[in-house]
Amino acid sequence: MHLRKTYTSIRQLTKATCTVQAEGVGNEELALVGGKLAQVVKLNGDRVTLQVFGGTEGLFTDTPVQFLGAAPSLHVGPDLIGRFFNAYGQPIDGGPAPEGEEREIGGPTVNPVRREQPHQLIATGIAGIDLNNTLVAGQKIPFFADADQPYNEVMATVALRAKADKIVLGGMGLTNDDYRYFRQRFESAGVLDRIVGFINTTEDPPVERLLVPDMALTAAEHFAVDHGEQVLVLLTDMTLYADALSIVANRMDQIPSKDSMPGSLYSDLARLYEKAAQFPDGGSITIIAVTTLSEGDITHAIPDNTGYITEGQLFLRQDSEVGKVIVDPFRSLSRLKQLVIGRQTREDHPQVMNAAVRLYADASNARTKRENGFDLTDYDERTLAFARGYARDILAVDVNLDTNSMLDKAWELFAQHFRPQELGIKENLIETYLPKVPAG
Amino acid sequence: MASENPQHQDGSTQGATTGVVQGITANLLQVRVDKPVAQNEIGYVQVEDREQGHIELMGEVIKYGDGLASVQVFDSTRGIEVGTTVRFSTSLLEVTLGPGMLSKEYDGLQNDLRAIDGVFLKRGSRSRALDPDAEWAVKPLVANGDAVYAGDWLAESEENQLPHRVLAPLDLEGQWTVRSIIGEGRIKASEELAVLENGEGQTRSVSMIQRWPVKIPVRAHVDKPRPHRLLETGVRTMDTLHPMLEGGTGFIPGPFGSGKTVLQHAISKQADADIVIVAACGERANEVVEIFNEFPELDDPRTGRKLMERTIIIANTSNMPVAAREASVYTAMTIGEFYRQMGLRVLLLADSTSRWAQALREMSNRLEDLPGPDAFPMDLSATIANFYARAGTVVLRNGKKGAITFIGTVSPAGGNLKEPVTEATKKATRCFYALSQGRADSKRYPAVDPIQSYSKYLEYPEFLAYAEANLSDRYAEQAAEMKNVLLRGSEARDQINILGDDGVPLDYHVRFWRDELLDFAILQQDAFDDVDQMTPMQRQLDMAATVLDICREDFDFAGFEAVSAFYKDLINAFRQWNYAPLDSEEFARQRERIAKLVREQREGQTSDNTAPSTAADQPTASAS
Ligand SMILES: Nc1ncnc2c1ncn2[C@@H]1O[C@H](COP(=O)(O)OP(=O)(O)OP(=O)(O)O)[C@@H](O)[C@H]1O
Ligand SMILES: [Mg+2]
Repeated sequence: MHLRKTYTSIRQLTKATCTVQAEGVGNEELALVGGKLAQVVKLNGDRVTLQVFGGTEGLFTDTPVQFLGAAPSLHVGPDLIGRFFNAYGQPIDGGPAPEGEEREIGGPTVNPVRREQPHQLIATGIAGIDLNNTLVAGQKIPFFADADQPYNEVMATVALRAKADKIVLGGMGLTNDDYRYFRQRFESAGVLDRIVGFINTTEDPPVERLLVPDMALTAAEHFAVDHGEQVLVLLTDMTLYADALSIVANRMDQIPSKDSMPGSLYSDLARLYEKAAQFPDGGSITIIAVTTLSEGDITHAIPDNTGYITEGQLFLRQDSEVGKVIVDPFRSLSRLKQLVIGRQTREDHPQVMNAAVRLYADASNARTKRENGFDLTDYDERTLAFARGYARDILAVDVNLDTNSMLDKAWELFAQHFRPQELGIKENLIETYLPKVPAG
Repeated sequence: MASENPQHQDGSTQGATTGVVQGITANLLQVRVDKPVAQNEIGYVQVEDREQGHIELMGEVIKYGDGLASVQVFDSTRGIEVGTTVRFSTSLLEVTLGPGMLSKEYDGLQNDLRAIDGVFLKRGSRSRALDPDAEWAVKPLVANGDAVYAGDWLAESEENQLPHRVLAPLDLEGQWTVRSIIGEGRIKASEELAVLENGEGQTRSVSMIQRWPVKIPVRAHVDKPRPHRLLETGVRTMDTLHPMLEGGTGFIPGPFGSGKTVLQHAISKQADADIVIVAACGERANEVVEIFNEFPELDDPRTGRKLMERTIIIANTSNMPVAAREASVYTAMTIGEFYRQMGLRVLLLADSTSRWAQALREMSNRLEDLPGPDAFPMDLSATIANFYARAGTVVLRNGKKGAITFIGTVSPAGGNLKEPVTEATKKATRCFYALSQGRADSKRYPAVDPIQSYSKYLEYPEFLAYAEANLSDRYAEQAAEMKNVLLRGSEARDQINILGDDGVPLDYHVRFWRDELLDFAILQQDAFDDVDQMTPMQRQLDMAATVLDICREDFDFAGFEAVSAFYKDLINAFRQWNYAPLDSEEFARQRERIAKLVREQREGQTSDNTAPSTAADQPTASAS
């Protein structure tokens, strides 16, 4: 970085921005404002507006502003591995600053014709994912979860079982406890040599978070593109990222659209999530994110825009009948599953998946009927019994099975509770897979 | 004005206006100009890029006031400084039209994505839309001395076995006379093919290539009649219940994940059209990759040629620049108009028009225009209406017809259909395919809500006459009857939910199950099953008649459980029937099975509905 001229005439200060009189400044260029990192967000004649990541507390109108001549960047290379950094890419684990090639973050997009269609199944052992919402390398998918749900735990489990070459953790507004949890889990699993972390905790200024996903994705692109590796990027919590976007937008007097979010929220989020890709020479970036909801409301602008961008979403839910956390089969969806199920998995996978979910839905209708005080039919009772087995033995996130075992278990439950005609499954599959004698 | 000066050379024009950047907010530049600029004129920002050195970034004038032009840049503005030069081109945003566009994958500004090197799209990358040096076999359609008007066919060629007509320049005014025309033979796309002269002695050299400003509709036809022919899509809920017509307009609103893209892809693969243009507007790159991968492999169900040969893709994915997203739908429409003028039937699909509207919103907010509802621009409704109005069937001067059918998706915020884009689009279109969250959640795909959705074409006498002559003399009647079954079924469902299975007359159960039968047998269709995904019209008519016959019949039932048992068996049989290839042995077998189930029920025999032996851990099952 080439240090450039220093200016000392700040014309305006707001909570997150300052405006300085300066010349020869490029859009999106970085600057140091009294030692705090800032980025150009608006130019108007000689007035340069900077977003100060650490907040503007304590800045004077004559605090020196030094422009750095470049957009934010990261030094990529093997030094990143096993390390934890802050939002600026500076070490927070006591180690030395990483060396390597300097890359601007937020780089260009992949040419769509150079992408490959995602095709590699990612197995997690969790049936709510592998059976019903199969993940594929190159996919982007968030957990939609209320604040009290164990999303970080489930995400860590998924990450550890996913057999990725590298796991890049982008933590935004992570509590210190959660940050320590991730580190400890990765450490005790003995996978620190595959981890890179960029962490903004609740103790750090919120606007700094805006750099975290781009840092994480720049590191990920290095491993996936330069080394052809399978990279899994974990982004938690994207709701707090979006909140930071709205803070800056409001300070810049932008007209807010729905839920006081900036009108550009869709594009802002899509720019990040679309970094997920299967590259032509084997490398891939898969993004698993967390979007926390407020009381399950998915119509709020943040989950709503996220759902329109990502390739499905995973809902966690407590199944009250069996008292276990499951990945909700109704509202969860993996849009890329059809690229792999029945092809890389057994031929009966798609139909078994659909039949089980449909019967589970019938059970939930039966439950509503019961709650309303109506008599249940024999069929209703059988669906309820099926649903209990399905939730307890297959769906619960603490069950760890391979996909064939999940399918076999589902067939067992089918045979126990239903007539073949009630399954709506192709007859040739029924002949091959339905156990002839109900398992007892 | 662009049409006056179509020959701009990649932005490096001389003698045109230049300006100097005064301010930057995101992708909007304020540019001081001292010579004239035009609204929507294209300018090129002269940028020194850290990696690439000197590059030019394309932008469009979207506002002017007091010597300051507001220029939206179709690219990242990183590193641009106050004082940077902008060269204006004297052209509007234009597309290049000519042979060689079929099966191309363009970005929103018609850059050929395959012709751009590297995995990443570097800023300022541009490529030619088509190859001016490619040779084509042509045959003249006019002779020296003939009078021609804008858009008339001067010569004929062939691309991917489709006729390709060389059009007289679309911007000709009045009558021109052919002064020279090439004989039958081969010619380079950019070579002179004809010379035209007008009454004032001006001459015009014509090649196979011309340019046209995307935001101006092509209007070289003599008439625009109402559509009347069914656009067969193979999607049953459309063809049988809510028909789309050739030259018609429709839209598919639905919350995320409800199946808009899957439905549009099905239509793009199966619809009976000469040319299909898919505009991926601000959506996922992986969805476009799916088209890139599949279409070159898949056969056009009608011609047997590869689907890709009739397809053009405009890919402006969600991570590509927002301003180019706005342009992409216009690029697609203009290319469609070009083929329509050749007398072809074009199907244009845009996913999602909401992203286009959001791009408009982002720009109008940056311009600090007075915002309308949900911060969208005030004129959103008019913009959408004008855009849909460019679709339609046209009659050309030679009496031939061409058509653009346009179907857009809408992504309503929060899935709530009472939002500006949905409401404006509803007014601008004739068909409404509302996808419902409830249907999607219970995997009843396609999730088109059969009651809320409509096709206004069912009220067009010209379509009804067509349907009677070409589909079935009971087509419209059947559609109405089905809608009635569905309506009565949903009323019955409500009553059963309120009063309980025992609390309603048996007839309510029958109504409810007739609705279910129709839903499972006809409405639901598995887009990923090789057979089920596309149902030819004849088979649809057959199915509709079969299902309705059953719905009309009053069977005797012992109780409501007998009702559900019978219809469930029937539904199962219909599903197997749907999976069976037309006219296969299995097809006949399943059809016979349906007939048998009906016969047995009619004659009061019970079929073999023995429940499986009750499992040990299921004590309640025997209770009821
Ligand atoms: N006809 C169908 N048959 C089987 N599955 C379907 C069908 N339609 C939709 N689906 C399922 O629903 C998923 C979501 O569909 P799709 O991607 O079309 O949604 P969308 O409405 O376009 O969502 P978004 O607005 O987020 O783009 C698909 O990945 C597929 O799993
Ligand atoms: Mg979609």
